[in-house]
Amino acid sequence: MVSTTEVKNPPAATSRRRRRRVRTLTRRDRIVVALLLGIPLLLDLAFVWFPALATVLLSFTKWTGVGGIHLKACTSKGTLPGLPQPGCIFGVQNYNQAFTVYPDFWPAVRHNAIWLLVFIVFATPLGMLFAVIIDRGIRGSRVYQSLLFLPVMLSLALIGIIWELIYAPNLGLLNTVLGRNGNNNLINWLGDPHLNLWAILVEASWRQAGYVMVLYLAGLKAVDPALREAAIVDGANAWQTFWRVVFPTLRPINIVILVVTVIESLRAFDLVYITSKGNPLRGLELLSVSVTQNIVGETQRIGFGSTLGVVLLVISLVPITAFLFQAFRKEDR
Amino acid sequence: MSDSGSAPTSGRPDVTTQLSRRTALKGLAGVAGLAAAPALVAACSSSKKSSSSSSSSGTSAVAGGNITFGSNYSDAAPKAAFASLCTSATSKTGVKITVNTTDHNTFQNNISSYLQGTPDDLATWFAGYRMQFFAAQGLLTPVDDVWDKIGGTFNDAAKNLSKGIDGKYYFVPLYNYPWVVFYNKSTFSSKGYTVPTTWDQFVTLAKQMKKDNLVPFAFADKDGWPALGTFDIINMRLNGYDYHIKLMKHEVPWTDKGVTAVFNQWAEILPYCQKGATGRIWQDSAKTLENKQAGMMFQGSNQVAANYSKANLSDLDFFVYPVINTQFGTDYMDAPTDGFILPKKAKNQAQAKAVLEYVGTGEAETTFLKTDAWDTGLANGLVAPTYNAIQKKAVSEIAKCKNVAQFMDRDTVPDMATAMIKLIQSFIDNPSASNISSIQKSAEAQAKTIFT
Repeated sequence: MVSTTEVKNPPAATSRRRRRRVRTLTRRDRIVVALLLGIPLLLDLAFVWFPALATVLLSFTKWTGVGGIHLKACTSKGTLPGLPQPGCIFGVQNYNQAFTVYPDFWPAVRHNAIWLLVFIVFATPLGMLFAVIIDRGIRGSRVYQSLLFLPVMLSLALIGIIWELIYAPNLGLLNTVLGRNGNNNLINWLGDPHLNLWAILVEASWRQAGYVMVLYLAGLKAVDPALREAAIVDGANAWQTFWRVVFPTLRPINIVILVVTVIESLRAFDLVYITSKGNPLRGLELLSVSVTQNIVGETQRIGFGSTLGVVLLVISLVPITAFLFQAFRKEDR
Repeated sequence: MSDSGSAPTSGRPDVTTQLSRRTALKGLAGVAGLAAAPALVAACSSSKKSSSSSSSSGTSAVAGGNITFGSNYSDAAPKAAFASLCTSATSKTGVKITVNTTDHNTFQNNISSYLQGTPDDLATWFAGYRMQFFAAQGLLTPVDDVWDKIGGTFNDAAKNLSKGIDGKYYFVPLYNYPWVVFYNKSTFSSKGYTVPTTWDQFVTLAKQMKKDNLVPFAFADKDGWPALGTFDIINMRLNGYDYHIKLMKHEVPWTDKGVTAVFNQWAEILPYCQKGATGRIWQDSAKTLENKQAGMMFQGSNQVAANYSKANLSDLDFFVYPVINTQFGTDYMDAPTDGFILPKKAKNQAQAKAVLEYVGTGEAETTFLKTDAWDTGLANGLVAPTYNAIQKKAVSEIAKCKNVAQFMDRDTVPDMATAMIKLIQSFIDNPSASNISSIQKSAEAQAKTIFT
């Protein structure tokens, strides 16, 4: 840092005494630094830290969003059953309800975990496979590339609607092709709670594979061809060339893909929301959908929704912390 | 909740007394900064004193002016009907109306923030508890002065549906529609079926239809709410209207024997319902009925009849849900009422009230119903010249009822309806005794958190 500021100092400053010259920046530099640091810091505080902190605070209240929040404990007034009381402090009751009474909570946690697992084990490797095959320059690779990338260009909302037409029980494409669209033998793809998560994961993987493919393809194009030639000269087969030579050189892109995969599966929301029209179908509970349903619904349970948001935040912190820990440890070395 | 004593003091805007979401968030920012806690408490205590009505010139005869009208009639047919209603309202009252249409799902989900933000001068909404819920939170303007003028148009049932819990009017109804069992006349006549009036005949008919390779009941519940109607009607047939409303207000626990009986009764006909209901949207099941692959369908005329093509509509007929418990006969049904509310934060209250006065007439309802072949107006004795056979029958069947419920998602707290949607979907997938008892336990546990 010090050396760069030295370089930037205008020549006039160099004539000053050395001690001062090293320590101080010109007035202009200080303003620039303050602006460049200050603006992002303010934005970060305003749009990340404040909402996060507010969510944590709100999770200890009971509030419908109408009127303010009294800073006193909730009392069950019970004069008019069901009508919302003004906001009040609810302590850890929201957490208690989420863990014990709220029927969507544990399924949602489980489904988020399954989503992550499927992405890591299936969707992402599939995308990498596509990338490697296309990178080998097979005939018509551009066509395949465009076709596989197409789902990424569609919004998730649109993908949800497209697949809803495919999965519809009586009139859908899939059941018609399978001959299972009669009323007695139909397959209830989106309604059956044992089936619908997997049906949605097919939609999600369809898109995720294309996304990973493009990222990985960019990485593969950047690999020095000399490395491969050297490997071939040394007698390595294609399998060995990839795993021993190409894959290790792609370490940075691998990490990016891992992070993208984790983030995409934790923020999984759109497909389920579109498919369920807001109120999650059984078998499709996700934390993000539950948060939205409680906060944005006709009656807003802002306190309870915030509680679920905090749980999602805590879960997200685990991979983020692991990633940052890894990244910083490497920098220290 | 309502301290109606506070008179509207001059024309002073109640900026200081209305605690909006924005103010509350500011307050929250204060909490984050550990600074403004006392201010927040002060703000809250004053919010109770919000004056009941900001515009005291409630009388009509407002020449001209403009209002905006927030509408959730987003489907093409009701949208057109609503447009013609607005045109005739403009010509009668001189108030220019700009309609802002929002997709109805989105509209309903956002209603809380909508009413607290910058709402239109009038908005479409639903009668009964679903309106009272927002009126009790001080988000609606009472329209008693409008009802002084239009009161003669409506019967007591419609009046009660338009009142808040505080006894003031907050709503002007437009139409309602019955939840009944639909069937195709041609199917019944060609197979020699007769309309069932008792539960046993109903089940026998379903069995016969299954033998004849028909789906006895077209059924869909991907949207969640359609199956709530079946719960409502079986509960009202079996346990009566009073019990049903008490259950909706959680004055009867969900673990009650009566609720178990409803699920058991329902389980008897579930094998005759279209399979895979939880993955099907109701439009698709209405198609099954229209294609004559299904024999019957229990849903609102606002859905089934509205979804029928013009050519097939003359073949459609309905009967009221058969008697289960002779004590209650066929005295009750779900007949949801839709109409209009005046948001508290509406800017042109006088003009909005003038429009409401027009909307609350038989003439206005007739205008709206010109292009609508499935709803029925609420004005006393209204038989619009455009009514088809279904609408005429609907009017007389609703009139025969001793009481009409609104629908589960309009008679209880919205959160409770959401919880029941999930639980009833689970019942449809697995109607076993053990699942019924776990559904009831979960419903009661959730009701306890919602109704306190």
